[in-house]
Amino acid sequence: MRLIEKVGDWFELRLGLGKSIGEVVAHPVPRETASWFYVFGSAALTVFMLQIVTGILLALIYVPSAGEAWNSLQTLNHAVSLGWFIRALHGWGSNFMVAIVLIHMVQVFLFGAYKFPRELTWVIGVLLLLVTLGMAFTGQVLRFDQDAYWGLGIGASIASRVPVVGPWTVNLMLGGPIIAGATLSRFFALHVFVIPGLLIAFVGVHLLMVLKLGINEWPMPGRIVRRATYLEEYHEQTHKDGEPFLPYAAWKDIFFSAFILLAIAVCAVYLGPFGPSGRPDPTIIQTSPRPDFFFLWLYALLSFLPPSAETPILLIGPAIGIVVLLALPFVAGEGEKSWKRRPIAVLTILLVAVTLGTLTHLGGNAPWSPVMNAWSSLPIPSEYLDHRTALERRGALVFQVKQCHNCHSLDQQGGKRGPALDRVALRLNQDQLIRQVIQGGGNMPAYGKNLSPAETTALVAFLETLHPVGQTPAHDASRAVALGAGEVSPRP
Amino acid sequence: MKAETTTAENSMSRRALLVKIGLFFNGIIGAALVVPVARYLLSPVTREKKGGYDSWLSLGEVEKFPAGQTRLATYRNPVVNAWDGDTDDIACWVRNVDGQNFQVFAINCAHLGCPVRWFAQSNLFMCPCHGGAYYQDGSRASGPPERGLFQYTYKVEGGNLFIKAGEMPTPGQPVANKAGEKTTCA
Repeated sequence: MRLIEKVGDWFELRLGLGKSIGEVVAHPVPRETASWFYVFGSAALTVFMLQIVTGILLALIYVPSAGEAWNSLQTLNHAVSLGWFIRALHGWGSNFMVAIVLIHMVQVFLFGAYKFPRELTWVIGVLLLLVTLGMAFTGQVLRFDQDAYWGLGIGASIASRVPVVGPWTVNLMLGGPIIAGATLSRFFALHVFVIPGLLIAFVGVHLLMVLKLGINEWPMPGRIVRRATYLEEYHEQTHKDGEPFLPYAAWKDIFFSAFILLAIAVCAVYLGPFGPSGRPDPTIIQTSPRPDFFFLWLYALLSFLPPSAETPILLIGPAIGIVVLLALPFVAGEGEKSWKRRPIAVLTILLVAVTLGTLTHLGGNAPWSPVMNAWSSLPIPSEYLDHRTALERRGALVFQVKQCHNCHSLDQQGGKRGPALDRVALRLNQDQLIRQVIQGGGNMPAYGKNLSPAETTALVAFLETLHPVGQTPAHDASRAVALGAGEVSPRP
Repeated sequence: MKAETTTAENSMSRRALLVKIGLFFNGIIGAALVVPVARYLLSPVTREKKGGYDSWLSLGEVEKFPAGQTRLATYRNPVVNAWDGDTDDIACWVRNVDGQNFQVFAINCAHLGCPVRWFAQSNLFMCPCHGGAYYQDGSRASGPPERGLFQYTYKVEGGNLFIKAGEMPTPGQPVANKAGEKTTCA
């Protein structure tokens, strides 16, 4: 023990850091902030450190070359001891980091921590969110597989829509006219040098300000923030009723960080690394590109925006979002902190959470995408074929062969791009079915040129059988009158 | 005493002036260095050293593309590096309209660039990403795309089909917006 003390003293004499470190870790914090709600910032920092360590470990093997990256990932997964585990830690770490940064942001927002004098801390926090998302996207590109390749194509297609400079932006982003070696090299430089540099700098300033301004006190309903009096009130609160950060509050941070690391490790062990999916060979077109988890909401949004509004919303939406986030502490820098007295703040969070959650869920299912192999791999259920005429069965064949099944489901099987057709005969009568098949409309292609009259007749005959037993299909009452008969004739 | 103070003040202001000159000097050098750095960074846009973009590239013999059918073809991008791996070979769809006229479509969906697939039975191109669909002539059938498929300019020469390509087609490109334009110089 005496030896350790001596060595410690030797360093302290030369470095002189002991006093300032002691002051930092033991600085007084408001008593109520020793709470499980205040642990997300430190957890994000812990995961960031995990990402640095695992990132360096991966860089020992990974080859940032379009020709070799995919092979080096396979080597990491299969030929290097526990390479798969390091990859899994890094991949799951990135998911956790995005999630924790978002939770931290929500907590800071609901607890009013962005108000005076912590406006700049919030602004730097917004920048940290953006660079974290930047790390997530560039990291997904470095896993240079089919998803990465076509994901870059999606990025380039969005960038190209910027007025005037769009095409230049695409060339700058790709490092050339197409996605190729130069593209991966520059995303490697961004992911490993540029963005981490920004992240470290922003984290440093963010932490410095947390120490300098003190942790946000627990918001009490009715305790109003005023620029003139806040600093004095906070000082009084921390020094009269405060406790040293270490150990009074820090033990919860330490425990939560350990728990998060454990959770990442458990996910890594049981769920394994992400990909890589197929080789990044653009001539292999049998692929359904999907972004990583944290961009699924955007992927879903892109399928719902109306074509005419898509470009303006894509380009202006993010800019508005970022400006709103940056402006928040300057617009609402004073006033009530407690979420109990800020119903609009709570509703905003709920709205954003429900929206992102729903879009993410939809992005995972992608019901708008045709099921490309439904026509050849999903047979029509046999109960839809029993006791049918030859013409109707011929129609069922047309339904399969013409790939209707790729977009329309029968008995829950098949695509969900168009409506399910199990009860279509209740909705549309014969004429309407013929018109819909031939002319399309309502987001359905017109099949008039692709179906012979005989095929159309058979297909519509099959579609007319699609209704629950005992329910009469839709029919055109006027036709019977026009034909001068008292009953509906199936076909003139 | 007074003289000494003046000297001290003078020497301080002389050093301050030197600092200012030094900073100014750094500023000039810095500004001069911005030029090569910017030229280096912008080289993918300015393309000073590389020619050959938008070259005529062969898709192979015309016989590979029977009349009335749409077939997948691949070409090698005109500008390549040794470390590009698989990414230099790019696919496209060739439609032989009537034995005389062709249409060559980019593989990239006009919405967000995903690879569209051809379904010969229903004569449709479908996109796996957001469900864009196109008719056999490349015009938009349904879904989020604002326009039809991008088309390459083509020519038939010596029994071979050539297209003018070399740049990934994206919705914002002036090249892409000239879709449908074709030259049939034999």
